[in-house]
Amino acid sequence: MTEIKTAEELNKKYLREGMWPTIFCNGCGNGVVLEYTFWALEELGWDMDKVVFVSGIGCSSRLPGYINADGLHTTHGRALAFATGIKAANPDLNVIVFTGDGDCAGIGGNHFIHAARRNIDMTVIMINNFIYGMTGGQLAPTTPFGSIATTAPYGNIEHPFDICNLAKALGANYVARWTVTHPYQPIKSLKRALQKKGFSLVEFLAPCPTAYGRRNKLGDIKKLWKWYEDHTILLEDYERIMSYGSEEEKEAMKDMFPIGVFQDIDKPGFFEEYQKLVARLMGKNNKKTAETEAVIKK
Amino acid sequence: MRYKRDPKKIREVLGDKVQFVLGDMACVYGGILAGCSFFGGYPITPASEIAEGMARLLPRVGGTYIQMEDEIGSIAAVIGASWGGAKAMTATSGPGFSLMMENYGFAVMTETPCVIVNIQRTGPSTGQPTLGAQGDMMQARWGTHGDFEAIALAPSNVQECLDFTIEAFNLSEKYRNPVCVMADGEIGHLRERITIPDEKDLKIINRVEATIDKEKFIPFGVSQTRKSKVPDFPVFGTGYHTYVTGLTHNEKGFPATDKQKDHEKLVKRITSKISDDIDKIVKVEETHLDDADIAFVTYGASARPAETAMELARKKGVKVGMLRLKIVWPFPEKVIYKLGKKVDKIIVPEMNLGQIVHPVKEAVSGNCEVVSAPKIGGEMHLPHELLPYLGVK
Repeated sequence: MTEIKTAEELNKKYLREGMWPTIFCNGCGNGVVLEYTFWALEELGWDMDKVVFVSGIGCSSRLPGYINADGLHTTHGRALAFATGIKAANPDLNVIVFTGDGDCAGIGGNHFIHAARRNIDMTVIMINNFIYGMTGGQLAPTTPFGSIATTAPYGNIEHPFDICNLAKALGANYVARWTVTHPYQPIKSLKRALQKKGFSLVEFLAPCPTAYGRRNKLGDIKKLWKWYEDHTILLEDYERIMSYGSEEEKEAMKDMFPIGVFQDIDKPGFFEEYQKLVARLMGKNNKKTAETEAVIKK
Repeated sequence: MRYKRDPKKIREVLGDKVQFVLGDMACVYGGILAGCSFFGGYPITPASEIAEGMARLLPRVGGTYIQMEDEIGSIAAVIGASWGGAKAMTATSGPGFSLMMENYGFAVMTETPCVIVNIQRTGPSTGQPTLGAQGDMMQARWGTHGDFEAIALAPSNVQECLDFTIEAFNLSEKYRNPVCVMADGEIGHLRERITIPDEKDLKIINRVEATIDKEKFIPFGVSQTRKSKVPDFPVFGTGYHTYVTGLTHNEKGFPATDKQKDHEKLVKRITSKISDDIDKIVKVEETHLDDADIAFVTYGASARPAETAMELARKKGVKVGMLRLKIVWPFPEKVIYKLGKKVDKIIVPEMNLGQIVHPVKEAVSGNCEVVSAPKIGGEMHLPHELLPYLGVK
């Protein structure tokens, strides 16, 4: 295998022919996340015949179409449930979900909760652009308080969803948040997430100049991308300030997004547990417990 | 690693050849015999026993049972599993069936083989959860948006729950379409004697998997290896790098959403692959139709009281026959048309306010009188309640 050094070589290897141009707008973050994912996969050297990409509905959910691999572009919000079935049918496959904030945290919230809780072996890459982009800029569960959306024309009065803290609380094996403006940590983090057994989530804060930026005085692409640099802080620094900082420092954290690794643990994944169960029931040398015997008899 | 059907193991797990079981359990047996290796389920009366049965038996044959978070997730996981190469099914009742409708259409559009068992109960809404009905017959046909062909079977006894679940898998694998087993609460919760067919008597159809050169493979056109409108199935993980989308797509599987012709070509293929074969798919049972002046057209549980009513009426000299639809969708239009020419009157007893009576009327085309004999409220018709329709007191 020749070593890939440039983005051009990378794209040649991983992009699906005949699907160009993409549907993405100028200044969109989706392509960047795709590129980071390719780099992570390249570093892992995975056989792309054994990787399946799954998505729901939305701009970011179009990503599997651009990848030269098996892809299932499903219904709105349900990608993780479809992905669960794929992994169940063939646990040898590596299942990666691309989903947006509306898809994952909105309509698909319950599937997300339960896939994470069950520790289903998959990596979810949630691209959070704060808005329903494909439908033209409606309010999302992640839209920051006070922001303008077409369905929140006077400013959002709801509080946004923190998907990383939710996943952490559910005991997901790996949880991280990055922005598309930070190239190195995300690739490393994606690589770690992909290698994890069980459930892993990487959230990307990604700009949407068209549907979010324009309405929120961030239509200028450069300005919007800079916004991400100005509004993110490393998780460790955030936690230190929230624990030991002054009231003013804490107040300044109100509009900041902590980025970094929220959780990195190693519980056995769902299918590892399931295979143990099957082995217990089907194994030739195992002795059936009285309990199992009773269930079988029933 | 994918599941391998092991007939010996399956027999060992299912147990005795002759058993006295619930209709729901017979669906479990049928699924496992057909080679089902994935079940995504969610508890709902009166279908929960299917999930329970699968949870108990599937891991013992090496398959996977997952209790999903809802019925939307159940059917989604089933479709995913099918693309992963498994034969997969779910089971539900009215409210869950309603929730499944969007992904039912996704399975149609992406040509995904899968089986949905619906142990129908009354509605609208939560209705009478523990009581049977036949209220979802039209939903199976028209419930998801857009144009499609449905395939649905309606068992009238517990043995048929087993046989029809196997048949449902066969049809879904053959046509790459979701297939519904439209049982009802009466049959699902009925306990009867069943015989588990021997392996040599089982007819099992598996989807034709893609084997041709990966560069030449066309995932969403007519088959490249057989004379069929059903394309060969590129199982995920076998190197075909297929893109599967619910969007209107071209033969390569790429989104093609803005041209009338692309959509027409796709949807006409996925509907005509079934409608072209309607004569092969249709399955009916005819009783006493040779000399009949009046005919019952029935399906599912309501065939049982109709059969008794027919026998009672015959004893009184009224020539009644019965046409039982084992497969309701696609609808046996030609059979019904011929029947309409032959008899003076068709009576359609249903545990709803009249659903299948409508396609019957359409097929009869005014050649005879068609009467709906509805009963709702969670009780089956009593045979004597059907006698007045036959002019018998």
